[in-house]
Amino acid sequence: MTPPSASLWAVTLATLKKDIRLEWRSKDALNSMLFFSLLVVVIFAFSFDPLAEESRHIVGGLVWVAFLFAAVVALNQTWARELRNQVLDAYRVSPAPATALFLAKSIGNFIFVSVLEALMVPLFVIFYNLHVLGPAWQLIPLAVLGTWALVVNGTFFAAMSVRTRNRELMLPLLLFPISIPAVLGMVAGTTAVLTGDNPAHFYIVLLLTYDVVFTTASLALFETILHAE
Amino acid sequence: MKRIFPILAALTAVFLAYATYRNLVLAPTDALQGDVYRIIYYHVPSAWTAFLLFFINFIASVQYLASAKPSRQAVAKWVVIAIGVVGVVATFLPQVQGQLKSIGMRPSAMTTTVIMIPLAYFLIGKWFSRERLDVLAVTSAEVGVVFCTIVLVTGPIWARPVWGIWWAPGDIRLTSTLVLWLIYVSYLLLRRFSSSAQTQMLAAALAVFGALDVPLVYFSIWFFRTQHPQPVIGGSGSMDPRMLQTLLISWLAFLCFALLVCWSRFRLELLKREVEELYALESLGSAAEVKASLPLQRSAR
Amino acid sequence: MTETARPTITVQNVVKQFGRFAALRGVSAEFAAGRFHAILGDNGAGKTTLLRALAGLAQPTSGEISIFGKSPREACREIGYMAHPSLLYDEMSGMENLRYFAGLYGIFEDSGSQTVIRAVGLDPELPRPVGQYSQGMRQRMSLARALLQDPKVLLLDEPFSNVDVHSAREMVGLLRAMRDSGKTIFVVTHQAVLLDGVADEFVWMEAGRIVDRTANAARSTDPNEVLR
Repeated sequence: MTPPSASLWAVTLATLKKDIRLEWRSKDALNSMLFFSLLVVVIFAFSFDPLAEESRHIVGGLVWVAFLFAAVVALNQTWARELRNQVLDAYRVSPAPATALFLAKSIGNFIFVSVLEALMVPLFVIFYNLHVLGPAWQLIPLAVLGTWALVVNGTFFAAMSVRTRNRELMLPLLLFPISIPAVLGMVAGTTAVLTGDNPAHFYIVLLLTYDVVFTTASLALFETILHAE
Repeated sequence: MKRIFPILAALTAVFLAYATYRNLVLAPTDALQGDVYRIIYYHVPSAWTAFLLFFINFIASVQYLASAKPSRQAVAKWVVIAIGVVGVVATFLPQVQGQLKSIGMRPSAMTTTVIMIPLAYFLIGKWFSRERLDVLAVTSAEVGVVFCTIVLVTGPIWARPVWGIWWAPGDIRLTSTLVLWLIYVSYLLLRRFSSSAQTQMLAAALAVFGALDVPLVYFSIWFFRTQHPQPVIGGSGSMDPRMLQTLLISWLAFLCFALLVCWSRFRLELLKREVEELYALESLGSAAEVKASLPLQRSAR
Repeated sequence: MTETARPTITVQNVVKQFGRFAALRGVSAEFAAGRFHAILGDNGAGKTTLLRALAGLAQPTSGEISIFGKSPREACREIGYMAHPSLLYDEMSGMENLRYFAGLYGIFEDSGSQTVIRAVGLDPELPRPVGQYSQGMRQRMSLARALLQDPKVLLLDEPFSNVDVHSAREMVGLLRAMRDSGKTIFVVTHQAVLLDGVADEFVWMEAGRIVDRTANAARSTDPNEVLR
């Protein structure tokens, strides 16, 4: 009997479903992450006066910095369950493609971070009395592409950091420099839409390019990272 | 080999001294900036040297990753040739030339850069064995970070008295250099803190990510600047030919110095790895095997 | 080299170094298929490293391993690996774990997983998460995971450690049945006594080398014998 093939999408989907199920079961992690996100917004509201005239211009930056912090805390948990019982060894000895694991983890992180963002955005709107002066629909591609940019590299570097001495610190050390053009794009684009001063098209294209380049690079190199001893 | 090093060191010392003399004494004083501008003779050559070293690190990292599998190596070879051909042809097209000029780059500079990629790829691949590629990567990264630090320190020192500000966030060159510095510091940190057996591969992957990032950094800042005009540090435009000459001589001296430092670091790293290999082979327990299988033969280069 | 009629697992001068430490120092051996090989030796002898090399988890620094003519990674479908960590998710039940890992092999129906769970003496319907199992149950579930894709080669690293006697005996019985049905089994263990009537040979390792291989004279050929 010919063995059934472990197809990329089947494995990706199975892994993603498993991760979502496990995340849902241990709601502790989710709850504390949500609370952390809330705290970050509150701290920002105290540190950067919402009533000041300049606030509208910096809120784009504040929002994305807050997202960045929340994302890093979430990303650090990416491989935590797999490391506990050396589950990655089971993955390594199986015929399942490494890219499937990477995609599943990235998509899972994307969903998780998006949930956090969905909580933080209304809080920012409330604290900073935000109204959007530019085309609001553009915030959606900015948010989606920007979040994916953070998550795709974050998942990759989290895997790289797995065998380093200070794993949780290594992730932001590797992620932040590489993310600078994406952060610039997200922040400038969001500010452009909020203030209505400039068109945000270029930033959307920039983020799209960034996402394509680094998703390709991560998919190409993940197998090497997974099998690193 | 052992004799060349001291001779080169002496020559470099002389060269640096001469360059210093030219930088500080011979070169004419700038009409606008006065004598402060002389820092350019340290700022710019450091930048060019750092970029060259980081470029070498990138090529060595790609080679290292490619040499892991023969199929990958063939693919990489063709990609690099394609980049060279397409890039050179493109920079001769008028539309592309127009675009380049509008973002402040000279087409000839672009052509040279693009040709360097396959050239460097094949030369480095030829001269360095797989293990040595990684040693080259580490060396060029470390020395590159040092020169890059010089750029980032001299930049604000220059900017403050002349333009009144320490830092301009929209300045493409300075900001791109900062990001490059950050990427390579994180590269060195990864090498130091990773306890994986495949640290070298991981670092090479990070270097590739960094290289992919740099053009994106450049373009993101460039566009940001067109929407938010920023002060430009350093300015562009033509330079007095005597100044240009001094600048080039200073760069040459820096290159010699960089070569010396890299060479020392390279040999140091080779020695370190040789020692590790000897320990490792010793633990294997057979003296006869020790001599036969040392992949890093110091005497060979 | 002439092809032997019987497929084999060969290890050719394998060296595995971790920095200065050589875990395997030139191991060469040929293992017959369909046999039960017990690997014994002191701590640090290189037993685990050899097993991991056979599984494709540790790339040899030099030398080659071939499993029925293929490299370990190429032969991954034919290999079942079990180690001291359970390689299972503590937060999921046994059946959920196996369902997931079966998916990695392209198996998306439950019947095989249920059979295998019953074969190791556990209940597929048990909803308890694996993290709450006793050590014996966890080892058995881990073995079940290794058996999911019906591999031809089993690589088991100390499957009986910290396991109660009853579970250990049952596992040995199961392994015997597997060997009898044609599987090749490698077991690294400190408890050679458990395998007295079952193993076909004992492979002794010391300081990264194989120092002795003895065929097991005490091996009984009676499939119904229960280990006392």
